[in-house]
Amino acid sequence: MQLVLEKRAERSGTIALVSPLIAIGLTIVTMVILFAILGKNPLLALHAYFIAPLTDSYSLQEIAVKATPLVMIAIGLSLCYLANAWNIGAEGQFLIGAVAGSWIAVKTQGTDAGAWVLPAMLVLAAAAGALYALIPAICKVRFGASEILTSLMLVYVADLFLDYLVRGPWRDPHGFNFPTTAEFDPVATVPLLIEGGRLHLGSIIALLVVAAVAILLGRTIKGFEIRVVGAAPRAARFGGFNANQLIILTFAVSGALAGLAGIIEVAGPIGHLQPGISPGYGFTAIIVAFLGRLNPLGILIAGLFLALTFIGGEQAQIAMKIPLDVTKVFQGILLFYVLACDSLILYRFKLVFPNRQVTGGAG
Amino acid sequence: MQAHQRMLDPTPNGQNSGDSPLLRTIGLTKRYGDFLANDSIDIDIWPREIHALLGENGAGKSTLVKAIYGLIQPSAGEIHWQGQRIVLSGPSEARSRGIGMVFQHFSLFDNLTVAENVALGLDGKESFKDMSARLEQVSKAYGLPLDPKREVWQLSVGERQRIEIVRALMQDPKFLILDEPTAVLTPQEADQLFIVLERLKAEGRAILYISHKLEEVKRLCDTATILRGGRRVETCNPRLETAASLARMMVGGEVKEVKAVSGRKTTVPRLVVNDLSLAPAEAHGVRLEHISFELKGGEILGIAGVAGNGQDELFAALSGERLSKDPGTVVIEGIAAGHLSITQRRKLGAAFVPEERLGHGTAPRMKLSENALLTGHAASGMVRRGFIDTAATLKTVDRATETFDVRKAKRDPEAASLSGGNLQKFIVGREILRNPAVLVVSQPTWGVDAGAAAVIRQALLDLATAGAAVLVTSQDLDELAEIADRIAVMFHGKLSAPLAASEASREKLGLLMGGSSLEPKEAAHAAGA
Repeated sequence: MQLVLEKRAERSGTIALVSPLIAIGLTIVTMVILFAILGKNPLLALHAYFIAPLTDSYSLQEIAVKATPLVMIAIGLSLCYLANAWNIGAEGQFLIGAVAGSWIAVKTQGTDAGAWVLPAMLVLAAAAGALYALIPAICKVRFGASEILTSLMLVYVADLFLDYLVRGPWRDPHGFNFPTTAEFDPVATVPLLIEGGRLHLGSIIALLVVAAVAILLGRTIKGFEIRVVGAAPRAARFGGFNANQLIILTFAVSGALAGLAGIIEVAGPIGHLQPGISPGYGFTAIIVAFLGRLNPLGILIAGLFLALTFIGGEQAQIAMKIPLDVTKVFQGILLFYVLACDSLILYRFKLVFPNRQVTGGAG
Repeated sequence: MQAHQRMLDPTPNGQNSGDSPLLRTIGLTKRYGDFLANDSIDIDIWPREIHALLGENGAGKSTLVKAIYGLIQPSAGEIHWQGQRIVLSGPSEARSRGIGMVFQHFSLFDNLTVAENVALGLDGKESFKDMSARLEQVSKAYGLPLDPKREVWQLSVGERQRIEIVRALMQDPKFLILDEPTAVLTPQEADQLFIVLERLKAEGRAILYISHKLEEVKRLCDTATILRGGRRVETCNPRLETAASLARMMVGGEVKEVKAVSGRKTTVPRLVVNDLSLAPAEAHGVRLEHISFELKGGEILGIAGVAGNGQDELFAALSGERLSKDPGTVVIEGIAAGHLSITQRRKLGAAFVPEERLGHGTAPRMKLSENALLTGHAASGMVRRGFIDTAATLKTVDRATETFDVRKAKRDPEAASLSGGNLQKFIVGREILRNPAVLVVSQPTWGVDAGAAAVIRQALLDLATAGAAVLVTSQDLDELAEIADRIAVMFHGKLSAPLAASEASREKLGLLMGGSSLEPKEAAHAAGA
């Protein structure tokens, strides 16, 4: 008797929906084992991770705030991945967007610049993120350089560039030598939705992005082009679609969304530019994109779920002294299971009883 | 069963070598999920016998020979070899027992020499030098000349097949399986192959010959086993059958005749190719050289030729998947289009059907409606201001389904879930429903069941009758004879002058496919060389 993977005639729609849930279930089982090995009560740990954050309004708002950059970046990445363009450098595009937008905030600091400041910051951040993403895209199209490597390497360039700015030219002179800019002026800050709360306008923008991309992918010929180029490159060429153009386009859009997420994070919850503005949003968004099936609505749900793990991880650290890095372990295991479960969409398990053993092997 | 077959087999071949067949399968069954690819197949193969295995695509021929060659394990049933039950662990065990196989798709490395390729397929017990010497000796002895030092990419398809055959013969097999060996040969090359096979038979070897070319089977084979839907429907002597009766057994009913309208009127030139030359896009590709022809409305031009002589490159150049710097090389509906994209050419009224159904003609994991959009987005009103009209794409699916009898499990399934014949009917239907002025089709009925092939050929004829210009590339000379008005031959990237179908005999086409010229002087020269 052996267990074999058998190819399905048609991809299973049910499994496509259920597979992320199976992956989450398997991840939780693995985590329970991990908590037990760490000597923590698994039930209490799970409660701290997944239940506690959902019980008070502050944490709920915080989840939405954390989900905002994750969803925006993951939506952009999903376009790339659908088109078979592997943008791994959203983290860098996020940072460059934050830097470019902050430039306006820093330059208008203390002046009586009006309400144009924030919109200008958003536009510039998106443009900078897009341009930064175009570097690996153009290298790919012109020279055949692997976009996976180049986009990833540019993350560190962006990281160090930000570091240099806040330690050097943009450092707040009254900031006791901390590597940070001055607090942004109110005109350079993303407005809150609830007075005294955490939820800000960025979450609305993220929802608008989800809706726009859902329409793009489901209803327009451009969205169709993106899907065909990824699914069947030769058929796409036969259909008259240019794969290189789409690499450029999807990289630019995902870079713009990552850049936008970057400036919203800086001009929103953080309020100034400093190192460490991202706890790895650009990388976690890769998990969000796949956990969400590269589908806009799925990504929204997956973004909220992973944001929950960030908040839950903080709570577990405070309440149970579980290291914050366990959250990253959790996210890594989750991606592993998501990709593994995805094979069930096209394949199914089957028990096989080979006749050799049943009938015996003469001869 | 054994007696039954011997009664049917009037040739003395079987009886010469004792009472038991060389190879026998009893109730051989292979199950893939719920699908029975082979359903309890009994077949006896005797020494000194060329045994044909006939059947349409999907009848189970490949599954059966894969089981005999040890590539797959049967789900049930037995294989007996020289009277003993055997269970093959894999092809190497099959080879060591004396079972050889020549596949339809060659497994050769382009950048290695003939000898290196052969060495890779052997056990490697003898030195390379000895092996090379033996290779030359075997190839000479059987009249299959090969230069061991040449690299494979320089060789013709026929020569590549020779490598595979010689490689199999070097293991001195008692039983040789050949999978559609003549599909890639010119008629003359096929004749040479038959001489070799007759000789192998005279040496006492058995041959299992997979084919769907019935005339060939009648000529060559002593016995024929016909499979249909995974079952053995008949074992008979093909020489006592007619091609029509064999076809009936394969299809399980009458094959529909294609009706051509006599005296189609040709109109203006709708597709003109002027001195088209194009460097290959990839290493070892074929260079197109000075191709010119003119195709009028109401006319079907067939392009014959052995695969790999530039047909794919010509399709890419005509469709616009590859662009030409000189716009005048391809003229569609009177407009220079050599520099235009495939979408722009579609807007001019051209339509294209590539050879590969899955992955080229369609995106396999996308729905039929989305695959209708794939080529219909340019000029079929399926897209308005960038937005897809889903109803319009579904309507195309429904119309293609109705007009061309596409059988499928639901209204809008994924392309990959359709059978080859049904998917091809959909693809051809999708293009014809756009009422193209010019249709360029590559291998329209390759790997398609006889029923679907008849529907597709009829559709091409009807389209020409309605005034379109149709260009058909095919390796199947019978198909071209059936539908084409004129036939040209591609060889090494060059296109011969078209012959009227009535003058295009198999012999003439075969000479052209082998690279000879038909002009008397040059023909004499070629014969002398």
